[in-house]
Amino acid sequence: MQFFVSVIHDKSNSGTPEEMVAIDAFNETLVAGGHWVFAGGLADPATATVVDGRGAQPLLTDGPFVETKEFVAGFWVWEAPDLDVALKLAAAGSKACHRRVEVRPFL
Amino acid sequence: MTVAAAITRAHRELWARLVATLTRRYADLDIAEEAVAEAFATAVEKWPGDGVPPNPAAWLTTTANRKAIDRIRREGRRDDKQREARMLHDDSPPEPTGAIDDERLRLFFTCCHPALAPESRVALTLRMVGGLTVPEIARAFLVRETAMEQRITRAKAKIKANRIPYRVPSADDLPVRLSGVLAVLFLVFNEGYLATGAGTDPVRQDLTAEAIRLTRLIRALLPADGEVAGLLALMLLTEARHAARVSAGGELVTLHEQDRGAWDTGLIAEGHRLVRERLASGVAPGRYQLLAAINAVHTSARDVRDTDWSQIVALYDQLVRLDPSPIVALNRAIAVAELDGPDVALAVVDRLGDKLAAYHAFHATRADLLRRLGRGEQARSAYDRAIELAGNTAETAYLTRRRDQLGPALS
Repeated sequence: MQFFVSVIHDKSNSGTPEEMVAIDAFNETLVAGGHWVFAGGLADPATATVVDGRGAQPLLTDGPFVETKEFVAGFWVWEAPDLDVALKLAAAGSKACHRRVEVRPFL
Repeated sequence: MTVAAAITRAHRELWARLVATLTRRYADLDIAEEAVAEAFATAVEKWPGDGVPPNPAAWLTTTANRKAIDRIRREGRRDDKQREARMLHDDSPPEPTGAIDDERLRLFFTCCHPALAPESRVALTLRMVGGLTVPEIARAFLVRETAMEQRITRAKAKIKANRIPYRVPSADDLPVRLSGVLAVLFLVFNEGYLATGAGTDPVRQDLTAEAIRLTRLIRALLPADGEVAGLLALMLLTEARHAARVSAGGELVTLHEQDRGAWDTGLIAEGHRLVRERLASGVAPGRYQLLAAINAVHTSARDVRDTDWSQIVALYDQLVRLDPSPIVALNRAIAVAELDGPDVALAVVDRLGDKLAAYHAFHATRADLLRRLGRGEQARSAYDRAIELAGNTAETAYLTRRRDQLGPALS
């Protein structure tokens, strides 16, 4: 099964060089363990645009869909047999990127 | 034995076993729980007319399996094929006891998974392992029935969506996970022993008894674990005093004033045995073992004046090192008052004020120390605050009498 792992952050600075090294090393263990599916870092929420195409004309709104102090700064998609494995990886991932992470299963 | 008694007994002895067996077979807590509940409902309906079957366990297992299969067929689930295969090849003939016990243990760990909120763990354990109904659990924790139903349903859905494994954690995870299971059992016990809420009995023996029953089960499954033994001993030594703890007038009776002749000697003997067993092991005690040892010292004294307070303070000193929480420090101070006097204890208690300002026992302790020091006015306002915060009816009654005994307010 697959898990969507969000990296939670509350500032607009990106990772430090040390964090990038730690994340690279962690990602290598994901690949080696067969857990790696996909990952990506995201630009600041201020760069987001919300699109509502349900009406006659698409409505564009500047900024993220919800204003909160914390936001998703990046994410991983992992392959793992169950939550316990995902939680172990999440603990290591959180340590590597020095941020909290949220683990959510795909349907 | 009457049919009703036979059903009650089967429910106590077989509920968790049946839920565990069906959970393994169908890999779904929801199906297992509902099928077992339906099997017992069918027993209630049929046994009075047909008589109690010669092998109630086999009858209930067969009935529960049939109910589970009915439900799976009815719902036509996506992963039907796999379940169909399990249904056709019934691979669960009577299991050897060891395997079933292992399954009950898995059920405990699944219900107490750390990814679930603590209140969900309590609810799920009481439902799946304890066999309490949702209305019973809702009443116990003063939550609306629909809210409790939702909490249990959500927890089961989370287990399913995340494939929270149905297994006993590996050796390196076990201590951490077990502490979660024990915390749930202790929470259930405490809610029974100092029940909160104006409408409930001050002592809920249904809950304390259930907590003890489930802890005995864990002890049978993990006999070598010191903290399991410690928690069981702690519960037994606490429960042993329950008859002396609330007066006929519904007022809390403190340890100092309890009629020690009303203590349950059988439970005390069993608790002491467990504490001695842990001492003999030579392994450093954990939190529950230390609390049990403290209670063993209390219950060893025939008269409160014979209490070995220096030993109690020494045990609290050990406990503070393991658990430096303000609540442990408060309880230690109560023992210090007996050993070094209320003035020494009050100085310790007053330092905890920032952290415990909203905790009724903090104000009750201060009130008692101030009263003993003859500082009546300050004692009165501390009692007032304690009464305001206390949720237990017997405790409120006790605090109110103590406050009123201080005499008329000076002005």
